[in-house]
Amino acid sequence: MNPRLTRRRFIKSVIFSGAALSSGAGFYLASAQSRQAGAVERLVSLNINGRTRRVDVMPQETLAHTLRYKLGLTGTKIGCNRGECGSCTVTIDDVTHYSCSTLTHSVKGKEVVTIEGLRSESGALHPVQQAFIDELSPQCGFCTPGQIMSTVALLKTNPRPTREEARQALSGNLCRCGAYDHYLNGVMRASGQLS
Amino acid sequence: MPAFDNMPDMELYQPVQIDDALALAARLADRGWLVGGGQDTYGWIKDRNKRPDALIDLNGIESLRGIREIADGIEIGALTTLTEVATNPIVRERYSLLSKAASVVASPQIRNAGTLAGNVAQDVRCWYYRRGLDCYRAGGNLCYADTPEAQNREHAIFNASRCVAVTPSDTGPALVALEAQMVITSQRGQRVVPADRFFVGPDVDIENTTVLRDGEILTAVRIPAKWAGAEFYYEKVADRNVWDFALVSIAGAMRIEGGNIVASSIVCGAVQCTPRRLSSVERAIQGRPRNEATATMVAGMASQGARPLNQNAFKMPLMDNLVTKLLTA
Repeated sequence: MNPRLTRRRFIKSVIFSGAALSSGAGFYLASAQSRQAGAVERLVSLNINGRTRRVDVMPQETLAHTLRYKLGLTGTKIGCNRGECGSCTVTIDDVTHYSCSTLTHSVKGKEVVTIEGLRSESGALHPVQQAFIDELSPQCGFCTPGQIMSTVALLKTNPRPTREEARQALSGNLCRCGAYDHYLNGVMRASGQLS
Repeated sequence: MPAFDNMPDMELYQPVQIDDALALAARLADRGWLVGGGQDTYGWIKDRNKRPDALIDLNGIESLRGIREIADGIEIGALTTLTEVATNPIVRERYSLLSKAASVVASPQIRNAGTLAGNVAQDVRCWYYRRGLDCYRAGGNLCYADTPEAQNREHAIFNASRCVAVTPSDTGPALVALEAQMVITSQRGQRVVPADRFFVGPDVDIENTTVLRDGEILTAVRIPAKWAGAEFYYEKVADRNVWDFALVSIAGAMRIEGGNIVASSIVCGAVQCTPRRLSSVERAIQGRPRNEATATMVAGMASQGARPLNQNAFKMPLMDNLVTKLLTA
């Protein structure tokens, strides 16, 4: 028997390999393979919340994954991860998209704004955020970042929407608490139509 | 069945020229997967129920975007988003049937990403098939949706052949009604297929819902001037107002002269694997006014010949009532 392979070393190595797999490191190691000619470059620059971020992105990676697990922007929530709930909504060039159903590589050269990018440099909340607080719009709050991003995008193109227009604009964001009317109150307040 | 959050490792190509995309599509063939908006793509791949080796992201190809006027009508680039189709002034003015259809697809965010080509080329929504079961459509020899216990409320009432899935597209019926032409490009050249022959049922090809083959890309949709500015009616009936596929939808275009319908084109969605043209209704209402009496005369005609499954017989009166609404709106 190899004298270097002690019982202690053997157990340590087993524990280490188990830890590597369970921590998800195996996922990244397995995906770090060489690239086919013509396929995308993994190291990309992204414009997130007005800042340029250099990040290593897998070819098949979704924007929600990049934002949350590589850039630490966990304000963007992953609910269903299938484009069926809206909690991962971000704006790309001022248009709302489900970040769980967007390839990160497809937003190169575009402006991505997440919930973290809304507050002003002084730290003051965005008017939509403040209006949602004033109207007690969120209940549990999980869908709120998405609801806010949809509202921000709406008010950019339509600063004084009717309640029906707001309902349409927010229709791609589920709220399982059912606080829809409270969110609509928030939209009305943010657009200066409630005093 | 595990539902993974991440997609498995694969290659991604982002061509910016259509020629490069066609070369990639030809080289990769069935190992490649064309991505437009991707809204029908990522679920398949996250679930591991489809496993392409490479994605070909077409979004960098600017020539596939936009709506332009051509000699006979308009041409809509394949990558034009559903939001653009729904809000474009030309489409709204002349082909409001199509803008209405595009405006009721899924949710705002999906319409912002989803493309017109993707909406017509998307796969069926039968959950047994989506679940990854080895049904006929997936290459097996069984239909899980057509058994005594099956949940088939959303499935076909016409022209089922082994597979009973229905077309999920909201714009498909509108394009068939408008007699659109689908421009399909490959390295061998271009072919133009009328919308009603673009969609194929399971009796023709059980694994594909369109005539698109490996190496081919749907590059544009042309809408002839024939129905521009006609009288239109579109309605989608679904369980939810947002994020849902139609239980039955109807798209109709009518020309009315001297108070009578001189020509019409009426198509139902979600009753069979392809948009279903209601030719018998069209013939019956020819030369008659668009009113209650005509609607009464053709009552029940739309659903004639239907063969409902256990749970979807309600689609028959729904079809007939939609025809009534179209004629009396």
